[in-house]
Amino acid sequence: MSSSPLVPSNLAICTQDVCRHYRMGESVIRAVDGISLNIKSGEFVALLGSSGSGKSSLLNLIAGLDRPTSGTVIVHGRNLAQLSREELAQYRLRTVGMVFQSFNLIPSMTLIENVELPMRFAEVDRRERQELAREALAKVGLTARQQHRPVELSGGEQQRAALARALINRPKILLADEPTGNLDSHTGTEIMDLIGEFNQSLGMTVVMVTHERTLAERYARRMVSMADGKLAGDELNSGVAVGDALTGRSV
Amino acid sequence: MKLYDLSELAVRNLRQSLLRNSLTTLGISVGVASLVAMLALGIGLQQLASRRLKSSGLFDTVLVTSRRDLRSFNREQETNGPSAAESPVLDDHARAQFEKLTNVLEVYPDIRFVTELRYQDRPHLTMIAGLPFSAKNNDAFDNMQGSFFSSEMAHEVILQKTFAEELLGRKPAQGADEIGVSDLAKPLLGQELVMRYAERQEMPSGSDGASRTDEVFGSTYSVISHEEKLKIVGVSELDPDSLRGNARARVFLPVKLAQSLHVLQSGGIRDTTQAASNTPTYSTVSVRVRSPKDVEAIEDAIKKMGFNTFSIIDATRSMRQFFAILDLFLGIFGSLALAVASIGIVNTLVMALLERRREIGIMKALGASDVEVKKLFFAEAGVMGVMGGAVGVAMGWIIGHAINLGTNIYLRRLNFPPEQIWFVPWWLVAGAIVFAVIVSLVSGLYPAARAARLDPVQALRYE
Repeated sequence: MSSSPLVPSNLAICTQDVCRHYRMGESVIRAVDGISLNIKSGEFVALLGSSGSGKSSLLNLIAGLDRPTSGTVIVHGRNLAQLSREELAQYRLRTVGMVFQSFNLIPSMTLIENVELPMRFAEVDRRERQELAREALAKVGLTARQQHRPVELSGGEQQRAALARALINRPKILLADEPTGNLDSHTGTEIMDLIGEFNQSLGMTVVMVTHERTLAERYARRMVSMADGKLAGDELNSGVAVGDALTGRSV
Repeated sequence: MKLYDLSELAVRNLRQSLLRNSLTTLGISVGVASLVAMLALGIGLQQLASRRLKSSGLFDTVLVTSRRDLRSFNREQETNGPSAAESPVLDDHARAQFEKLTNVLEVYPDIRFVTELRYQDRPHLTMIAGLPFSAKNNDAFDNMQGSFFSSEMAHEVILQKTFAEELLGRKPAQGADEIGVSDLAKPLLGQELVMRYAERQEMPSGSDGASRTDEVFGSTYSVISHEEKLKIVGVSELDPDSLRGNARARVFLPVKLAQSLHVLQSGGIRDTTQAASNTPTYSTVSVRVRSPKDVEAIEDAIKKMGFNTFSIIDATRSMRQFFAILDLFLGIFGSLALAVASIGIVNTLVMALLERRREIGIMKALGASDVEVKKLFFAEAGVMGVMGGAVGVAMGWIIGHAINLGTNIYLRRLNFPPEQIWFVPWWLVAGAIVFAVIVSLVSGLYPAARAARLDPVQALRYE
């Protein structure tokens, strides 16, 4: 965990002056422009900002889906920029779990197959895989829907299945990109309750991208705002009622 | 990913666009079918040709002639070794030497002579040849009516079909169906032939007075007309001697019997006047070897002794070369369809890649590595290859059978006997499937590499 001695060991994520620039013809788009951010283990951080502010780009950098143009992203002591493509895939498989606005379940697979999929890549034994997937679906209340395909389910059910899938390989960090963006407020609350519960009970670090400030205020312990690829604000949220045990650590 | 998971996922993905993938697989099948049908035809034709030659019974036989006999089979005289006049004589001494060579099963003189045979008091002139007892197992006698010689010294003959026709005075009219061997054999089997021939009898040396040996150079013998009764035991349809062209015999008797008759052979007189030996010489000696692959070595050994040799290997050298070229070209033409099919695979997989961009993005986000994505596309190509190969072999087999059937109907119309012109050996089946898989995998190279390189951020943004 200590490949980078400058990073304190209780830090889950540490970005140092990270940039991600895209070239669009003549012009350069600075999606992420020099962000330095430390996120401690077990923190629940909301990344706020209007669309185009660069919050999703930052999340993709932390997820290891994208590489920074400059700067470093260090996750649990490992500098993602130094990982090979193969190592980065392993990192995505074991260290982070992702949920998306559009759920991103594979339509041709049943729910249980979708949840099993990351374990296929991890070469988990078939029987063990099914066992774990069944447990995970039970945790998100979808036991009855195991054999259904995504199109047969409501948005809330799909996002719950996606959560089960994101957590199946027991990652240390959950990255959520607008997880309630396609859901009505009632269903959105259900999903957020689940995420909050995982953050609490498993001590999992959560980074959630959202543009809904009220949602962030209800669940996130810390709110980081972005505008034009730069940090625009970083505040602790004292209004969160849950997770007192963690509060002391993250502040 | 484990192999099982990989192939399951591949099959699942292929079933997603069943029609498109089935058509692509059908394309591979047609390619494999054409390849199998073409090669099976080449192999079948080659087998047909060699079957014809095999029935001559000479695949394991080396014919040895003396270099003194300038009528030998090889038009080109051997340039190595002794010249004709200085080369050894083909006699019992040479024969014993051949017998000593390894892998030689038997050596028997090639006895053939033209003489008169009387059947029901009518004379017939024909070539008669001695047949070794080992010829019993020769394919040429598979369709024979009657039986083979009862013993090595039996006074029995086997007739060639055309001679049987001559004896019975039955010639098929032109264009009419051939007379069956069984019809010819029925009145002839068990009947007697009287052979009239010239016997060579050695002069008992010294008995006739001492003056003789001084005057006569070489050996001395007298020629006596002789008669022998022979029983017809078999009538054979095939010509076991077709290699000999004009000199081919139409009546066969056991070679040991033929030897014991001391029939005067055409070369005998000349050898008598030239050679200083008192023993009879042979115009040709047949050396039967253990297996056809020994033929070449034995031929070389005998050539070194100063004799001319001839074998079916010599006769078929150009034929084998022809078939090697034929197979090559049939293979190339057969592969063309498979090449077209491989373009179909590339097309299908690129389509699948475009359709499944998002899915690939998801898989990568969940932790699938480039290699795994690549493997998945390879697996899909491989599954199409296996299925296409298997179906293709079946199709090729059916096509080949249809061609065979059609050809035989055509042959029958032209009054030729039906033939198996088409043959699928097991290695062709296995080879075709393996080849189809290899072609499919090679076709999958580009789509798989493209899929592996896919940027997950881009792919996930893609709706």
